[in-house]
Amino acid sequence: MRQPGNAHSVVAASARGKTFAAMIVIVYALVTSLPIAWIFMTSFKTQEDAIAYPPVVLFHPSLEGYVNLFTIRSRQTPEFIASLPPATTWYERDVRKRNMVIAGASKVLPRFVNSLVIGFGSTFLAVFLGTLAAYAFSRFKVPLADDLLFFILSTRMMPPIAVAIPIYLMYRALGLSDSYVGMIVLYTAVNVSLAVWLLKGFMDEIPREYEEAALVDGYTRLHAFVKVVLPQAITGIAATAIFCLIFAWNEYAFALLLTSGDAQTMPPFIPFIIGEGGQDWPAVAAATTLFVLPILFFTVVLRKHLLRGITFGAVRK
Amino acid sequence: MLADKPLLSQELESGRGTRSRGSLRGLSDRTIAWLFILPTILLLLAINIFPLVWALRLSFTNFKSNMPSVPARFIGIDNYVDILTDEDIWYAMQVTARFVFWSVSLEVLLGFGLALLINRRFRGHSFWTTLILLPMMLSPAVVGNFWTFLLQPQTGLFNEVVSLVTGMSPASFQMIGDVPLAPWTIVMVDTWMWTPYVMLICLAGLRSIPDYIYEAAEVDRATPWRQFWSITLPMTMPFLMLAVLFRGIENFKMFDMVNLLTSGGPGSVTETVSITLKRAAFEKWQTGYSSALAIILFVTVFGAANIYIKALNRIKQR
Repeated sequence: MRQPGNAHSVVAASARGKTFAAMIVIVYALVTSLPIAWIFMTSFKTQEDAIAYPPVVLFHPSLEGYVNLFTIRSRQTPEFIASLPPATTWYERDVRKRNMVIAGASKVLPRFVNSLVIGFGSTFLAVFLGTLAAYAFSRFKVPLADDLLFFILSTRMMPPIAVAIPIYLMYRALGLSDSYVGMIVLYTAVNVSLAVWLLKGFMDEIPREYEEAALVDGYTRLHAFVKVVLPQAITGIAATAIFCLIFAWNEYAFALLLTSGDAQTMPPFIPFIIGEGGQDWPAVAAATTLFVLPILFFTVVLRKHLLRGITFGAVRK
Repeated sequence: MLADKPLLSQELESGRGTRSRGSLRGLSDRTIAWLFILPTILLLLAINIFPLVWALRLSFTNFKSNMPSVPARFIGIDNYVDILTDEDIWYAMQVTARFVFWSVSLEVLLGFGLALLINRRFRGHSFWTTLILLPMMLSPAVVGNFWTFLLQPQTGLFNEVVSLVTGMSPASFQMIGDVPLAPWTIVMVDTWMWTPYVMLICLAGLRSIPDYIYEAAEVDRATPWRQFWSITLPMTMPFLMLAVLFRGIENFKMFDMVNLLTSGGPGSVTETVSITLKRAAFEKWQTGYSSALAIILFVTVFGAANIYIKALNRIKQR
């Protein structure tokens, strides 16, 4: 934006001021990303390295954590293991070196699938409903529009535990406890408020002239909405969808209280990945790494729209 | 709340003169508006308002949801009286208030500071900003869980880093299990996670200040100190307030991160109101009592949200 070397600008910081700012910001960035880097490293450590004292920075990378994450193992005597037919896969060999045999697959894959199904299901519904409502609020004179928008947003501010008490009773009565449908509907309701507010902001930015031209050309309202407005709003819709997905992906309180097995998602599951004697930290770190990677990716993708997303579309930059 | 207003009976005014044409061909604009808005409103009524009304009704009873066959008895406002005279609730409120105050204060100081520095637009600032933003995108539950690993007594990374910096022995202290330090632990982790949030909003505030204001101040020979207090700070204030309000509301409701980091302990020194509520509702199964507490929290948050949304709208008008 500003010309480099524009020495006369009174607004641009001096070279020295910039270096000073850069140093502090870089130090902060490095310190603040250390915990994330450490978890990432721990996922490639062995159990011994993960809880070693003092903490080890340089280590032989191991996939033990990932193997433990996806399998259930049982400890056996070396004689028993020697009597087995030779291991056919690298992970079986890895496990047998630790005097264990694989007893089956762990529950992590079904939990991951639950997170995906509930995340994508609720995102799709929230964005669908949100797009319709946002269009109506953006283009028509809706009576009490401000009150309705306030009502929609205020539902997102409610404390989740407080909402969970009656929802728990309601779902029990309806047979929706621990079900995909129950969780998808619940996350849709939480996300639709964000979707309406964000998408209204995006739609307000699309000039009305496009639609009005289409209406003059003989399009119906619905036609103009689908053929003219939606294509223009597609970036906004995508950004909104990612925000909804991240919320559903990360949500913990409802998942903890309303699911126990069939529909349990990753966040309440990860803390209960245990090995022999307490949490199996390399496996927990492996689960955390796999769980967090898509979020890190989306953060970079969303960078331009992040501010909108976290302020319900009020601050646009 | 708002649901009792006659939403549907209101007349829709014609939308920009396109109504007559629309109604000739297919659906009228008014029909479309309601068709588009109603599903959202109905969903929110079913999943938010109906349960709220249910909770309100339960809050006047002694219902226990682990014993659904025992008929609930109407006990008037006893639950509310119990809550407001319960020392444990007031203690949890104090814990929550201290947590909110310190975490939000630190986040504002650090976030605003960082925003001022990043706003100097040094080379590569956008890469470092993205790196700083990462913690706030993570799941609070996952964050709480992996910080228990970083904060393991003795072997944890945190103790090791502190000992490198201060020379203390890493075995000489622990964060999570310690009565004086545990409240600071949750403040620290929350600050780690949400400073970027405040920073990002402050950065938007700083960038909304037009350059010519500073140029005019320069012409008037205002010192940088003076410029900060009479231009930068007041003009960023609405953004700062927005960040403070939102963090305040979110931390007042704090459950996930703290539940996994300390689960309220040791004792109850980090037990925020949401954790108390969860225990009353889902461990002691005092459904009536906890519904009353939930209603009290609703009212508090709703009031704060009201102010928040007014602040949002004010910023929007700029």
